[in-house]
Amino acid sequence: MSKLSVRSQPIAIRDVTKTYGSFNALENVTLDIAAGEFLTLLGPSGSGKTTLLMVLAGFTRATSGHVLVGSQDMTRVPPHKRDFGMVFQNYALFPHMNVFGNVAYPLRLRRVSRSEIDTRVARALDLVQLSHLAERPIDALSGGQRQRIALARAIVFEPRVLLMDEPLSALDKNLREQMQIEIRNLHENLGITTVYVTHDQREALTMSDQVVVIDAGRISQKGAPREIYERPANAFVADFIGESTLLPVQAGADGFAFGGRALRATVAPPGGLFLVARPEKMELHRTDMDPAYNLFEGTLHQLVYQGETVLAQVALPEGQTISMRLTSRREVMAALPEPGKPITLALHPEDTVIVPERGQ
Amino acid sequence: MLNRPASDTQITHARRLWLYAVAVLVMAFLILPTFVVIPMSFSDSRFLRFPPQGFSLRWYESYLTSPEWMQATWVSLKVAVLTTLLATPLGIAASYGLHVSRVPFSRVLTIALISPLIIPIIILGVGIFYLYVRLGVVNTIPGLVMAHTILAIPFVVVTVSSGLQQYDSNQELAARNLGASRWTAFRTITLPQIRGSIVAGGLFAFITSFDEVVIALFISGGQNTTLTRRMFTGLRDEIDPTIAAISSLLIVLSVIMLLILVLSNRQK
Repeated sequence: MSKLSVRSQPIAIRDVTKTYGSFNALENVTLDIAAGEFLTLLGPSGSGKTTLLMVLAGFTRATSGHVLVGSQDMTRVPPHKRDFGMVFQNYALFPHMNVFGNVAYPLRLRRVSRSEIDTRVARALDLVQLSHLAERPIDALSGGQRQRIALARAIVFEPRVLLMDEPLSALDKNLREQMQIEIRNLHENLGITTVYVTHDQREALTMSDQVVVIDAGRISQKGAPREIYERPANAFVADFIGESTLLPVQAGADGFAFGGRALRATVAPPGGLFLVARPEKMELHRTDMDPAYNLFEGTLHQLVYQGETVLAQVALPEGQTISMRLTSRREVMAALPEPGKPITLALHPEDTVIVPERGQ
Repeated sequence: MLNRPASDTQITHARRLWLYAVAVLVMAFLILPTFVVIPMSFSDSRFLRFPPQGFSLRWYESYLTSPEWMQATWVSLKVAVLTTLLATPLGIAASYGLHVSRVPFSRVLTIALISPLIIPIIILGVGIFYLYVRLGVVNTIPGLVMAHTILAIPFVVVTVSSGLQQYDSNQELAARNLGASRWTAFRTITLPQIRGSIVAGGLFAFITSFDEVVIALFISGGQNTTLTRRMFTGLRDEIDPTIAAISSLLIVLSVIMLLILVLSNRQK
């Protein structure tokens, strides 16, 4: 099987602002997406991530700013001349055509010859492993199959960019995880620049080369999944991604302190306000530990057994409750004190991250 | 089985008999007047009379051989076809525009478009007559077509809007993304999917025009007298069973139209 050839191109978003009346859906968004990159726009609903995707697709015209693909300014190019493939949240397949008709649609518009259409549709259906369904009507397909046909239709014309708007949100959990891997593999095969929108942080972390966290129309942080998770740039990202308790810290002459105790932190930006306390980064303190660990003394409030893990909730004398997640292995559980007894948690300086309120 | 309920709350057919009886009476009341005409049309008598006496096809013959009746029929058909051709695209455009746009006045516009359904036709007729006198289009085909189009548009708007409501307009975005211009996206994706409601709207437009008599009384005459207008005046001047024959043919035509509608919806 020959591969679909794809011209992967970089995208440059320059100072894009979109206002609806007095509401700023996007505010001075500037973003570079490398050629062939899988970039995810992640944010809560109403954060502007879908608006940004619609600006990229050309359905929404930015109030100001520019979108460039390769060296071409796309800002005023209408959607049908952009040559971007897009997968919609509800797939938007055409129910009055069968699978073949749907996938052939963009090729027919491009006046591709009939024999060429046949080979290219076959190739695209092959890529999503549904060649045997070419003659099926759309209403005879399952959710997962529709998803794949929508994907095949979006790539069959070898678009310059692939846009995906929460394409997996309608699928059940198992199928969603399977499709995440498939989309990722497909991306690796094609090497097409992909912009993916989701509100599911796990999906974003699993699939992307780069994650852009959007909050209230602004880019809060951009980075590789690991960077986003381990080194959140501000309280919003720390809170939105993963479980965390934000502990207010005091700024001193030589760094930050919590509860009167100086913190050894890898990330301690000026203007830092909170320590990001993630449950799985916490350890039960042992006497043989490196003295560099930051310690949190408190009372074990309760133990929540969750199957593979157990969550220890610790009440701090400062008033907050922080959590520690441990595997439910026998010796780990045995080392824990009884609820109501004192407990000391330890956090490695490498995992000690202090964040300001909001970034940029 | 008639008397044994399947559950405590089920009402048996026996206990519902009164309802069926009422339903039958209502249906009879609605349909019978229509069917009184058909036997009369085969009557032998020189006057409209019920029950009919004797059997003959002479009134059908009289209709089909009369130049006046034939001319009126052609006028009506011409006007109805032209009205359909005008009202259907306009109605589609209007309902599509109202569907996709988010203008604050769209509700007001919808009501304005549908208002000919609500305004008494006689008032519309008077208004149109005075306007047409000034424009010099009384007793002309274009005048009739314009007036009937106003009456027919609401039917197209109502049916097409309901069709659009069941249609996922994201498909049009998808088509545009895949390389279709707005017009191509509408033509290849939206249009085929609302075809059923367009056919329905078109048939309604045709029947609205073909059956219309009030406005025709004001603005059709001479060469361009419509069939319904001629029937109406005929009914007043001479009580001639030819009218019963024409009515019967019109009933058949309406039934055929209705069948087309039902069949075209079933295909979907």
